[in-house]
Amino acid sequence: MRQYILKRLLLMIPTLFGVAVLIFLLLRVLPGDIVELKYAGAGVYAPKEALARERAQLGLDQPIWKQFITWIVGIPRLDFGTSMWTGQPITHEIAIRLELSIELALMATFVAVLISIPLGALAAVKQDTWVDYCVRVFSIAGLSIPSFWLGIVIILTFIIYFRWLPPLTFTSFWVDPKANLMQLIWPALAVGYRYSAVATRMTRSAMLEVLREDYIRTARAKGLWERAVVIRHALKNALLPVITVIGLEFAFLVGGLVVTEQVFNLNGIGKLFVEAISQRDYTMVQSLVLLTSFVFIFVNFLVDLINAWLDPRIRYQ
Amino acid sequence: MKLLIRVKAIVATVVLLIFLAPYVFAAQQESPRTGGELVFAVGGTPPSYDGHRETTFAMLHPIAPHYSTLLRFDPQNYPKLVGDIAESWTISKDALTYTFKIRKGIQFHDGGVLTANDVKATYDKIIFPPEGVVSARQATYRVVDKVETPDAQTVVFRLKHPSASFLANLASPWNFIYKADILAKDPRWYEKNIMGTGPFTYVEYVAGSHWVGKKNPNYFMKGRPYLDGYKAVIIRDTAPRVAAVRSGQALIEFRGFNPAARDDIVKTAGNQVAVQESPWVCNLTVTINNEKKPFDDVRVRRALTLAIDRWGASKALSQISVMKYVGGLLRPGSEFAIPESELVKLAGFGKNIEASRKEARRLLKEAGVPEGFSFTLKNRNVREPYEVTGVYVIDQWRQVGLNVNHIQQEEGAYFNDFRQGNYDAGIDFSCDFMDDPDLQLFKFVSSDKSPVNYARYNDSVLDDLYDKQSRATDPKERLKLLRQFEKRVIDEKAYQFPPTLWWQRIVPHWTKVKGWKITPSHYVNQDLRDVWLAE
Repeated sequence: MRQYILKRLLLMIPTLFGVAVLIFLLLRVLPGDIVELKYAGAGVYAPKEALARERAQLGLDQPIWKQFITWIVGIPRLDFGTSMWTGQPITHEIAIRLELSIELALMATFVAVLISIPLGALAAVKQDTWVDYCVRVFSIAGLSIPSFWLGIVIILTFIIYFRWLPPLTFTSFWVDPKANLMQLIWPALAVGYRYSAVATRMTRSAMLEVLREDYIRTARAKGLWERAVVIRHALKNALLPVITVIGLEFAFLVGGLVVTEQVFNLNGIGKLFVEAISQRDYTMVQSLVLLTSFVFIFVNFLVDLINAWLDPRIRYQ
Repeated sequence: MKLLIRVKAIVATVVLLIFLAPYVFAAQQESPRTGGELVFAVGGTPPSYDGHRETTFAMLHPIAPHYSTLLRFDPQNYPKLVGDIAESWTISKDALTYTFKIRKGIQFHDGGVLTANDVKATYDKIIFPPEGVVSARQATYRVVDKVETPDAQTVVFRLKHPSASFLANLASPWNFIYKADILAKDPRWYEKNIMGTGPFTYVEYVAGSHWVGKKNPNYFMKGRPYLDGYKAVIIRDTAPRVAAVRSGQALIEFRGFNPAARDDIVKTAGNQVAVQESPWVCNLTVTINNEKKPFDDVRVRRALTLAIDRWGASKALSQISVMKYVGGLLRPGSEFAIPESELVKLAGFGKNIEASRKEARRLLKEAGVPEGFSFTLKNRNVREPYEVTGVYVIDQWRQVGLNVNHIQQEEGAYFNDFRQGNYDAGIDFSCDFMDDPDLQLFKFVSSDKSPVNYARYNDSVLDDLYDKQSRATDPKERLKLLRQFEKRVIDEKAYQFPPTLWWQRIVPHWTKVKGWKITPSHYVNQDLRDVWLAE
């Protein structure tokens, strides 16, 4: 097992390197130039020499291979360089936003797990009853309603009926838990609902499959309590695909809550991503893609380990 | 009898007091109150903190309160110029020497005293940037030969030739006065740091989130600023920005909203919100690629501009967008604007749209452009006012038998295509900090001289007119040259179709925000020194 873990960790290096090469080249293919965008402000006629000077400052006058090497050699030291747009260190720009994004992802995951596992299990146990139908309607609605739309509805409801909005700026949970939760609970609910819909349906179908297994029939035949059968025997085994889905969704949430972050004006990684792309901030986009790729790969790896821990039959070599 | 007179006098006095009380009370209420923090929304993130290199209001709105400028526009009487750090100034008879006296005792936020050397170092950085320093407005001050400081309180600008716009350009809100010592050590220090003489000192900036400033107790204007501080909250997208103002979490957004957002805010907040509106020094232009066929034919270009009903556009688009005023190359209402009686004689500005369209069809036929001829209109993927304007223009062209495909692009691709000439027609924009022919007409001089003329033509007659008006010190002579320039661009050559319409600036704000007056530019009057909160 230890060998397997080591192998997986080492495999991350070529994977991330491949991602780095790919994103570096793709960004250079995109039409548009950060320097032109910077000086495209209305009423400004920056001379060509000024634009050339700016390009030189950003290192954009260097050959592409040299730009790539300059960027990639810093990464093992966690030095991603500076943002071409703001001139600030990228690690600093990301660090400011990472706490919010991770906290929101965790809160949304918590909401999703809290809703999906009991509801999914209940729907499976009460298959084809009104309970099942209600859960299915609830989950299909969650899949159909985009979380940003739900976010807009939440915001409009607050404004129209209460003339209130969640705080506009982020306060760390460790500084002021109340202000922190007042801001993040609403997007967490909006995102968590959609997320829970996916997990509920997965839990239900996995449970239905497991509940038809021979060992469940055996457990019932030997007179075990129904609650013990469902929770200890069925649910534990049904959780394997659910955990995979939850893990992948979590990884997505860290960098993928673009629209929800915009709706709630959250200063997170998703919003930074969009801004960086529209500004052609090459170094920032490269670093963010690398970061989110790392999160995906790492969470995937963790999910595999959790699956092995939950199901003793799974043994990685 | 005496008693009766007394009683009557007392009753009359009481009635008078009751009648006058609300006015007296209101007058008392209107006297500025100190204290409080102004929270306002900003629709973008400042790239660097250096006003000399940046071009976005997203830098100006949070950072301008930290700095002073040499001159400023009087917000109560725009475009009147008043001194900021300049106490007085004189202009030589030949209009080549501008001498400014600097106020005494102005302190930087670190306690250092501001002198003429700081002004010189600032303008040297803008006009003659050292190696490695980018100055976005260097070209604006090309007329300056040198900046001198005969003594600690005097700055002298010597010009190469007279310039009608020079004085007003010294009120540019971008020209923050920096500290000479700091610039001498590191000319790029101000890209990441703040040190000014403005009404507010720097507290913190959380990238992408907010910017905080607090009252400068040593500000040179006694009794100002009124506020204890301010917080600029960065809200990039329109919907949450509107929501922030609707809810009162942000009391104002200085750039402005469209009519729908204004109405939403007013509907929610009722009489707790006031709305200030003003014509805006911004417009959209239909740019034509003069190098491409058949747009290299002046008849085709004239037909395209004749087909656009600007007066109808004003009525229709002003309901849903900031597009409002019909005007020439210079903002209607400004001292340089073309009178309506002359404007309607220019191609595309006549009020009889049927006659214009008939003429457009004739010209197209004469130029050999077939019915249903197809081309593309490239535009930014920004709904307001770009998309609505693009849709309107396409509909106008459809009515003279042209089939136009609307391509909306994100900013990077849009600018790339404009710079490369990879377009047929496009919607271009212009937004300046003041009404000034040098600024507004630069877009229309030859492409080889103006990097922002995307229409790809060269015209030495226009260039000559531009230079002449720029140097004209007689206002009447300047106006005459402006009319000639305008006629050539819009009518005779129809190189570009400016402007489709000029914008209306709409700023709804909570009534508790006092002391701020809207101007035709969202770049000026942003130092917040006169702003106060009524509650």
